[in-house]
Order: sequence, then C-alpha cells, then structure tokens
Amino acid sequence: MARFRALYGSTPLHLIALVASLALTAYAALRIAETSGAAQIALWLVGAALAHDLVLFPLYTLLGLLAGGNRPRRATNHVRVPAMLSGLLFLMFVPLICSLAPDTYEAAAGLQPTPYLQRWLAITAALFLASGLLYALRARRSTS
Amino acid sequence: MELSRLFPATPPPGPFRGGFWRSPLRGRWLTSTFALVLLVGVTVVALTGFLSYAAYNPRLGSNDLTSTKGLLGFYLFDWPTRPAWLYQLNQGLHVIGGLVLTPVLLAKLWSVIPKLFSWPPFRSPAQALERLSLLALVGGAVFLFVTGIMNIAYWYAFPFSFYPGHLYGAWVFTAGFVVHVAIKLPTMRRALRTRRLVDELRMPIDQTRPEERMDEEDELAPVAPREATLSRRGLLGLVAGSSALVFVLTAGQTLGGPFRSMALLAPRGRSYGDGGPNDFQVNKPAAAVGVTAENTGASYRLELVVGPDGSVAQSLSREDLLGLRQYTYELPIACVEGWSTTQTWTGVRLRDLAMLAGVPGAAEMTAESLQGEGDFATTTFSADQVDAEKSLLALRVNDADLSLDHGFPARIIVPAAPGVHCTKWVSRMTFVT
Repeated sequence: MARFRALYGSTPLHLIALVASLALTAYAALRIAETSGAAQIALWLVGAALAHDLVLFPLYTLLGLLAGGNRPRRATNHVRVPAMLSGLLFLMFVPLICSLAPDTYEAAAGLQPTPYLQRWLAITAALFLASGLLYALRARRSTS
Repeated sequence: MELSRLFPATPPPGPFRGGFWRSPLRGRWLTSTFALVLLVGVTVVALTGFLSYAAYNPRLGSNDLTSTKGLLGFYLFDWPTRPAWLYQLNQGLHVIGGLVLTPVLLAKLWSVIPKLFSWPPFRSPAQALERLSLLALVGGAVFLFVTGIMNIAYWYAFPFSFYPGHLYGAWVFTAGFVVHVAIKLPTMRRALRTRRLVDELRMPIDQTRPEERMDEEDELAPVAPREATLSRRGLLGLVAGSSALVFVLTAGQTLGGPFRSMALLAPRGRSYGDGGPNDFQVNKPAAAVGVTAENTGASYRLELVVGPDGSVAQSLSREDLLGLRQYTYELPIACVEGWSTTQTWTGVRLRDLAMLAGVPGAAEMTAESLQGEGDFATTTFSADQVDAEKSLLALRVNDADLSLDHGFPARIIVPAAPGVHCTKWVSRMTFVT
C-alpha cells in the first residue's frame, strides 16, 4: 500500500475512479468521432476548457484595472458592481442583444430580435442609477 | 514516483508564480461555497438534461436525433403523460437552472484560476490523471453552458448539430464531474468548516482578511494578498444577485401568465401584439417551413393509415374532424429550449382517431406534418401517449380556430411531451398494432 502510494501518489481507489472516468470520456470521444462535426466538437470542448481562464479572465481583469478597481474606495464598487452585472447580461444574451442570428430567430419565433438591445441598455441604465442612488444615500448617512 | 523533476524547479514568470494571484478573497472556503451551490444545482441541471433525452421516446421511429449514441443514449421507460406539466418543469429546471447557475460557474472558475498555472504541472501520476479529468470537467461544463445558451437564442454558430453535441458533451462533463466530486468532497467539507457563512455575511470590507492556507498543497489562498477592494459578503452578494437578476429576466418565459412580460432578456418572453386567442409563442411559423394557406385549405385531408402496410383507413376533412366528439383541456406546451405556454385546446382525442382507423389500443402512432422537411416533420408516439385521456388532435385554441402559425387545420397536443412533438399541420397518422 505504502509502495503503491509512493509510486502513484494516491490511493488505489483514486486510480480506479480516474480510470473509469477517463474511460467514459474516451467512449464519449469515440461517439463524437462518429458524428459529422466530430473535429469541431472536440475543438470546442478543449477551447471551452480554456475559454474562461485565457480569454474571459484577462478581459474582465483588464476592464477592472482600467476602471481603477484595485484601489479600495467605496465609489469603485458602486461603478464596478453594476458594470459587472451589465457585462454578465451582455455575455449571456449577446446573440439577442447584438442580433447575431436574426434569420434563425425569426424562423423560430416569427419575430425579429429587435427589442433586446434597448432592453439591455435600459436594464444597464437602471442598474447604474440604482447603484448611484445607493451611493448618494450612503454618502449622506456617513456625513450626517 | 516524484515527477516534479520533469520540470524546472523555478516556475516560469507570471501566473505560474505564487505571488501573482493576489486577491484576498480566493481560498478554499470561498471555492467550496460556490462548489456546494454547483454540486446541487448542476446535478439538477444534468439530471433534467438526461431526462429530456428520454422525453423524446428515443426508441420509437425516427425520434432519436443522436444516431451515433451507442451506450450514451439509454432508454429507461416510455415518457409519461402525467402530470401534464412534467416537461415544463423538467425544461424549466434545465434551462432556467442553467442560466441562473452561469454566474456561479463563472465565479467558481475565477476562484480556482491559480490552479491552471500550478507549478510543477504535476508531481505524481495521480495528479497528472486528475488534471486530465479536469479538462473533461471544465471543458465539458463550459461547452454545455455555451452551446445551451447559444441554442436557446437560435445562434447556431457552432459547426455541429446541437443534439448530439450537447448530449455527448454532457457525458464528457459527467465523467469529469462525478470523479471530481468524489475526490474533492472531503476537502470541500473541511474547507467549509473553516469559516461560518453567517459570520462572513456580517464582515464589512475593512475587516475582510485573506483565508489561511489549509495545507502545503493549498494553491488558492494567496501568498501575497493585496488589500481587499470587495468584502467576501460583497462577492457572495454579487454572485447571488447576478443569479437573481438572471432569474427575474428569464423565468417568465417558463412560468408564463403575468410573469412572461418580466422575462425581458429571454428569447421567448414576448407577445405578438394582438392579445387574441392565438397570441402566444409560436415555434416555427408556417412561412418558415413552407406551409401555406393553400395546402391547408379546402383540399386539406387528414389520412388515418393502418401500418405498417400503409392502407388508408380514413381520409378526413377539417369539417369531418369538427364533426367528431370534441374535448377541451387546458394544457401546457413546453419547448426543449425551456419556454412554455399554457392554453385551452379543443379537439379530437387521439384514442378516438385510433378507433376510427380500426386500430384501437395502437402500440405506436406516427404523425406526419405538411411541413415535409425538418427533424420534427415526423414524430412517433407511444401507446400511452395515444391512449391518454388528454392527448388531442387540436382544432381550436382558446375558443377560436387555430391560426396557421399554430398548426391550422390540426395539431397534436400530447400532455408532458416535448413541444416539438406536438406536431403541427398534421396530414397523416399511421397507427401500428
């Protein structure tokens, strides 16, 4: 047992669980290989593993730094928080907000995806307004 | 076996060095808090996803859209017809659940980012295998969230078919998820005991201190933390608030009624403007699939066919159908994309049509649509779905004739079936004993 651990780095159970997991992954990969878009699915899976860490993270970190996010001031968060909420909504609903697929949307829903940009802008405005009001309220309370 | 000798002892500069990651909020307690939410939430989203595969009754006819599935498309049971809101609930949990968990997933990925750059990349065969399985976990998770979100917005920019991609991706993810939970559960439980949530929720920013490193291998708590610019409760609140915001802006497309208009960013939170009996969400309007007023007009006939030899038992006009005994039920129709709508449908029972075809108690029925092309132009129903009390060939909705976009002259409504199985513009029904 101690010998196994020295060689492998963990318990036999750890090895069994991982081999089973990787075997299932390999089987799914074989199934993917049978589909028409096999290489693309594989590429998207690997890309997805790195999408947050190598694309999204540098992007939002940079935006945060530009906004002066590393200085501990109360005002920073009153800008940062609504910006992050708005950015998240943009990220999640970008196909509708930017109307990236108007034809397929219309073929499915019988409407044009026109209102989403305005809605997102209005929600963004509301978030910043609420955050600003809260800031003003807090500032007044701390001075009085 | 000490494998760290394979790599230079000094890590490359930048993110591979311990001092690079300076947020005072990162640490095992924070990661474990997100992990606990995901453990429960992702399990629900995964199970409802696999159940949705079963809801298509994939063993019947050409219902299965994943022909290369092998063992990954399992068949357990014929999908039930009761309760009628079963598929609405299932897809509401799957789609709205997935949307609501997206901020939590992003927060979790943010919280563990130093681990991508850990140095040496692995110290033992055990660690190398574990990191390989993390590729399946993280790749699978982000792949599923991204393809799911793109699919509900009809942005088919992925160069493969959604159904097989999302199903096989789900298995890749599940393989990574189960083993990750099994390995990390003890660490999570230990980490959650290091702090109390109620204390953290009382802690303002100026009292926010970095987490302690739990052991030698703890790569999450920062070596050189900078001053906090956000409290831990602030971060938890931001994530919870993001989820709540996403819920408010999308859930209405599943809940329907007065909530629909609140779903401002959901693809299906909209109305067609006239407020009439046919003003509810359409999936694929007639014009998009080449169905016209002509081929649904006076010449329209519904053929009832006795299978498998294909002899036509009955050929019925819409008037003939309206002359049969009519039933009215309030039933939801729920799309795989997570939106649904409950309407009052009137029409002929499918079981009465089976009787009329001379195949009472049919084992299967295959419905064909005038739309001709497309994955769901032909759908096969189980014996239970044909026989269910509330399974209708609907002719009217909300006391008005069906509109062309909603399937005029006749459409199928089977309780608890996926919306795409509620075939519109039905032109032929083949009953098999």
